[in-house]
Amino acid sequence: MSSLRWSTFSAPSRFYALVNVLNPWLWGLAIALTLAGLYMGFFVAPVDATQGNSYRIIFIHVPAAWLSMVLYLAMAFWAAIGWMLNARMASMLARAIAPTGAVFTFLALWTGSFWGKPTWGTWWVWDARLTSELILLFLYLGYIALVSSIDDAVRGDKAGAVLALVGAVNVPIIYFSVVWWNTLHQGATISMTAAPKMAQTMLMAMLLMTLAFWAYAFAVVFTRAQALAVEREGHADWVRMVARKELQ
Amino acid sequence: MSAAFVAVYTRDIRLALRRRVEALLPVVFFVVAVSLFPVGVGPEPQTLRVIAAGVVWVCALLASMLSVANLYALDHSDGSLEQMLLSGHPPTVIAAAKAAAHWTTTGAPLVLAAPVIGLLLDMSPAALATLVAALLLGTPVLSLLGGVGAALTLGLRSAGVLLILLILPLTIPALIFGSGAVGAVDSGISASGHFSLLGALLIFTALIAPLATAVALRIALE
Amino acid sequence: MPKDAAASAARTVDAALDTLACIDLACRRGNRLLFKGVNLQVRAGQAVWLRGRNGRGKTSLLRLAAGLAVPESGQVSWGGVDVRRASVYASVRVYIGHANALKEDLTVTESLQFLARLHGRAHDVPSLHGALERVGMASRRDALVRTLSQGQRRRAALARLALERSAALWILDEPYDALDVDGIDAVNRLLHENLARGGSVLLTSHLPPGAGAPDVAEFDLDPFAG
Repeated sequence: MSSLRWSTFSAPSRFYALVNVLNPWLWGLAIALTLAGLYMGFFVAPVDATQGNSYRIIFIHVPAAWLSMVLYLAMAFWAAIGWMLNARMASMLARAIAPTGAVFTFLALWTGSFWGKPTWGTWWVWDARLTSELILLFLYLGYIALVSSIDDAVRGDKAGAVLALVGAVNVPIIYFSVVWWNTLHQGATISMTAAPKMAQTMLMAMLLMTLAFWAYAFAVVFTRAQALAVEREGHADWVRMVARKELQ
Repeated sequence: MSAAFVAVYTRDIRLALRRRVEALLPVVFFVVAVSLFPVGVGPEPQTLRVIAAGVVWVCALLASMLSVANLYALDHSDGSLEQMLLSGHPPTVIAAAKAAAHWTTTGAPLVLAAPVIGLLLDMSPAALATLVAALLLGTPVLSLLGGVGAALTLGLRSAGVLLILLILPLTIPALIFGSGAVGAVDSGISASGHFSLLGALLIFTALIAPLATAVALRIALE
Repeated sequence: MPKDAAASAARTVDAALDTLACIDLACRRGNRLLFKGVNLQVRAGQAVWLRGRNGRGKTSLLRLAAGLAVPESGQVSWGGVDVRRASVYASVRVYIGHANALKEDLTVTESLQFLARLHGRAHDVPSLHGALERVGMASRRDALVRTLSQGQRRRAALARLALERSAALWILDEPYDALDVDGIDAVNRLLHENLARGGSVLLTSHLPPGAGAPDVAEFDLDPFAG
């Protein structure tokens, strides 16, 4: 096989084939890492001095929050690439990332809520991080709403890219303003942002869960991108070949 | 270049003057919306004073967003927008002119209506003055961001609601600094930090938003 | 029957207008190609009648020629430079689409003035009134656009052409639409003047240009359907 150029995979047909090769490994990795991470987080890591066992939800909450932010940047990045270089597959990748990013954001918010309840008795706390996550969810939903409202795929890709970039530029500003707002209004209460002193095992568990979520995100996003490619390129020869292979 | 700005701006103002009632609908909405809060929350002056700044800001935000959906829609449907983009003038200038016209016809009236509203909510004079000044800096930001949303959603079916969903998260910094300024004055501390941030936000938005709007317009018309 | 564009060579041309060239042009709408492989040129002094059945992409081709849209493949060039990058193109190109670009709440004169200012043409009141006179809209020049009939609006939209003083490429989408006999005559006179100055015209019309129209070279879009 000739030397591998990344641009080879900008062709939907080759991307499709690549994903078929990678995905079994990614799923395997995701499952293995999740099991390892959860085991470490829920059974091996010690009980926390102040929060008891309820803190363990952070092994899902923190990795989910990290992923939600990384995925937004990835989405903006691929949308921009697709727009600048006229690369259809990159734009489809951006569209494929959005729902997964929204799911992780929601997961971070949900687990954040679970954390708050036993500790402070409320199902929601308007601290800086959670509020920023909520706004991030709105940004994701806005992107998804915009690209699905536009019938023309190319216009949708480009408009989505503009929105994602505008959002990406604004995220630091929004985060800064939310922190500002929070310091003004919050008294001297225990903030959720004050993480418990991390034992080695706790860090290890968080790392494993982060990698697990990454692998899962890759697998799911790739599968969704495959589906988008088939849907958009319906008239192309390679799609017909795929369909025939599946049927045989 | 400034010829195009003046031409588009004066035309939009003239059009708004020909439809004065429609142009003032956002202000009417603003007043109605704010009036709902005492009804919903209870008329105790202490409560109203606490929530006043936030309520006024949020209602101003919503009023601004409601009227911005039409910023490009009519020009798009009668072909004027195409002519503007074909004129050879930088689309950034066109976008800036439209945002300026929107602020003049919607934002400025909101700023003028705010003191009256503030009195209804029992705000102190110092808080009122701060609110008006903050709105003066913040409403242009809303018009500029609204332009981006209007351009992105041009010609789409549910453009109005979609635009609000897209743009509201981006207006949160203005909301925080704007209402925070009033809160600061109410607590007796200086609001200069808030105003600096609002000013910086305005400058930043004025540089980025027309560019993003221009790009979105070209994409919508391709 | 295709008229030979050599007739236009008989017209004297001073500073020759550049040529509009559509090279191997393809246009996409949604998931399908409207047309592909279109090669079309409009030279100075030439009038081209773009014809084709409904839905073949005549309007899309005009928008590509004007530089509003981006082609799926191929290029539209003006004097050898891509129209979307040619800075001089905006000043020598007049595009009048289906929509009239008139504002309902402005008077005819005000609407025309805005367009004239926007495109850097003469926008003083005497010039505007003169232009409206030429398209037979002088009596309605202070009427609100809202009160005009379709034909009158079309005339007002085309009044822009009467403000032109130098040779230009006119891209007109169904200029004769809704016009009565007098309106058609007025438009044809304007077209003749532009061509005589060395300008060029690219227009669509669902009816063949009549007797008073300038000689046109026909370009049929049907064979290029995607």
